[in-house]
Amino acid sequence: MSTLSYAVRDSTTMLRRDFRHSLRYPMMTVTAVALPVFYLLLFVGVFGNTLRAGLGAATPSGGHYVDYLAPGVLVMTACASAEMTAVSVNTDMTEGIIARFRTMAIARTSVLTGQVFGGLTRALASGVLVVAVALGLGFRPTATPVEWVAAAGVFAMITLALTWITVAFGLLAKTPAGANSLSLIIVVLPFISSAFVPTASMPAGVRWFAEHQPFTPVIETLRGLLTGTPIGTSAVAAVAWCAGLTLVGYLWSRALFDRGPAR
Amino acid sequence: MSTPTPAPAIAATGLHKSFGTLVVLDGIDLAVAEGTIFALLGPNGAGKTTTVHILSTLLPADGGQARVAGHDTAEDPDAVRAAIGVTGQFSAIDGLLTGEENLILMADLHHLGRAEGRRRAKDLLDRFELTEAARKTAATYSGGMRRRLDLAMTLIGDPQIVFLDEPTTGLDPRSRRTMWQIIRDMAAAGITVFLTTQYLEEADQLAGRIAVLDRGRVVAEGTPDELKRQIPGGHIELRFRDLAGLDRAAAVLGDASRANGALVLRVPADGTPQSVRAVLDRLGEQALGADRITVHTPDLDDVFFALTGHPRTEQEIPA
Repeated sequence: MSTLSYAVRDSTTMLRRDFRHSLRYPMMTVTAVALPVFYLLLFVGVFGNTLRAGLGAATPSGGHYVDYLAPGVLVMTACASAEMTAVSVNTDMTEGIIARFRTMAIARTSVLTGQVFGGLTRALASGVLVVAVALGLGFRPTATPVEWVAAAGVFAMITLALTWITVAFGLLAKTPAGANSLSLIIVVLPFISSAFVPTASMPAGVRWFAEHQPFTPVIETLRGLLTGTPIGTSAVAAVAWCAGLTLVGYLWSRALFDRGPAR
Repeated sequence: MSTPTPAPAIAATGLHKSFGTLVVLDGIDLAVAEGTIFALLGPNGAGKTTTVHILSTLLPADGGQARVAGHDTAEDPDAVRAAIGVTGQFSAIDGLLTGEENLILMADLHHLGRAEGRRRAKDLLDRFELTEAARKTAATYSGGMRRRLDLAMTLIGDPQIVFLDEPTTGLDPRSRRTMWQIIRDMAAAGITVFLTTQYLEEADQLAGRIAVLDRGRVVAEGTPDELKRQIPGGHIELRFRDLAGLDRAAAVLGDASRANGALVLRVPADGTPQSVRAVLDRLGEQALGADRITVHTPDLDDVFFALTGHPRTEQEIPA
């Protein structure tokens, strides 16, 4: 077998290991779903009427605030899931078994690849749940089946990018709490994006930041696909950001993993 | 025609390693013949674990060269990894998986195929008395069970050379005996075993050759008998009920030394019945009796003192 097919095989083995971990220790997965559901309930149920009134023309005509909010919360689901990956990578690195993997003739980063695809699978499952809750709260997407598939693709891309970044956080931090703190940056960033309110409603400086950070184009693309708002150049920006972050996260993680034996 | 000497399973020359300003290995040469058990004996901080880490490709050496199974550890680490199995000091098992799942994970990573992996996992679970616990998560295992599972995971890939870093540290005496038997069985099956230990007895029981490591240097190497010959024989400890008895006995036994602060005399003796009888006879002639008598055979402390001229010292290493 070629090196590549060994790498795929080893990564699949590690992915199975990661799935078993999620089943044995489901707390993290539950937390990663609970947080975005809480955002939905809070922003729709508590702040929804005021925000809806303030948004005015920015929401689709006759729409409910949940129609504006759901795509943003979907992206925050990816963030919460990636945050959990940082913690679980960090915890895993303290396990003696990682030292064993390093002394075996296996594809070097397969243990990380397993974690990333495990995280991606959990995020997709969380995403489906969050969409279901949003539908229950009155979310009425206008997407065609093709648009749904495209939306799922965008969601998977941003999750993949964020997860590789948080794998690096998990490898970089000395403790699981440290890994969690580093990941806060990606949990907080969506708040200063178009997730909750349009960037046009923000003060100039904040607005510039919100329009140029990676989450806004991703959210705008998802919103366009799901509810038919204009996408414009957001799609290109979203794909570029996701590809760039994935590459940086992957190379950074690989370098950190190769640094030496974990302790 | 002469048969060529087989290349050693492990050959290291001039291994150097420092962590910052701390020199952990200061030029180590080692040669381990195929199919033998080799023990690296030394106190904590002597550099045992660092040596294992370098030989098992976990750490690069700062200087020197190491060949394991005929491959250079720096130039061809994957070829080395394919030939070795490592059981470290801290258990390298996945606590969230069951014993059986841990073994099948290893089998999958060795690309054994489903049927073969399951067969070997079952065999090893039987051999290491883990069948009953096979479906329980490894986090619930006792110390002895964790070590056995760890070793089973090392063996599932059929390694030619196995590194065992302090395989019995922290085990109860019964588990230690079981581990010793497992190690002997491995050697009998043709596996080269490189083990580290703090216990002279363990090295003596298991190894064909022993190297004594102290402060990053090999201070002695040889068969257990060769090493023990370099060590002054043991001694007999006599414990007395009171100081008067101790003083009188000390006067009779001219070569006895007093242990600080205790009612104990130490008399050099090699531990044979004759040597013990000779001491007791000398006491008996003067109608003196000791309260308790202990025969002390040389241990690592004696080896160390004899070989290095200083007592065992511990050095903290960041690893």
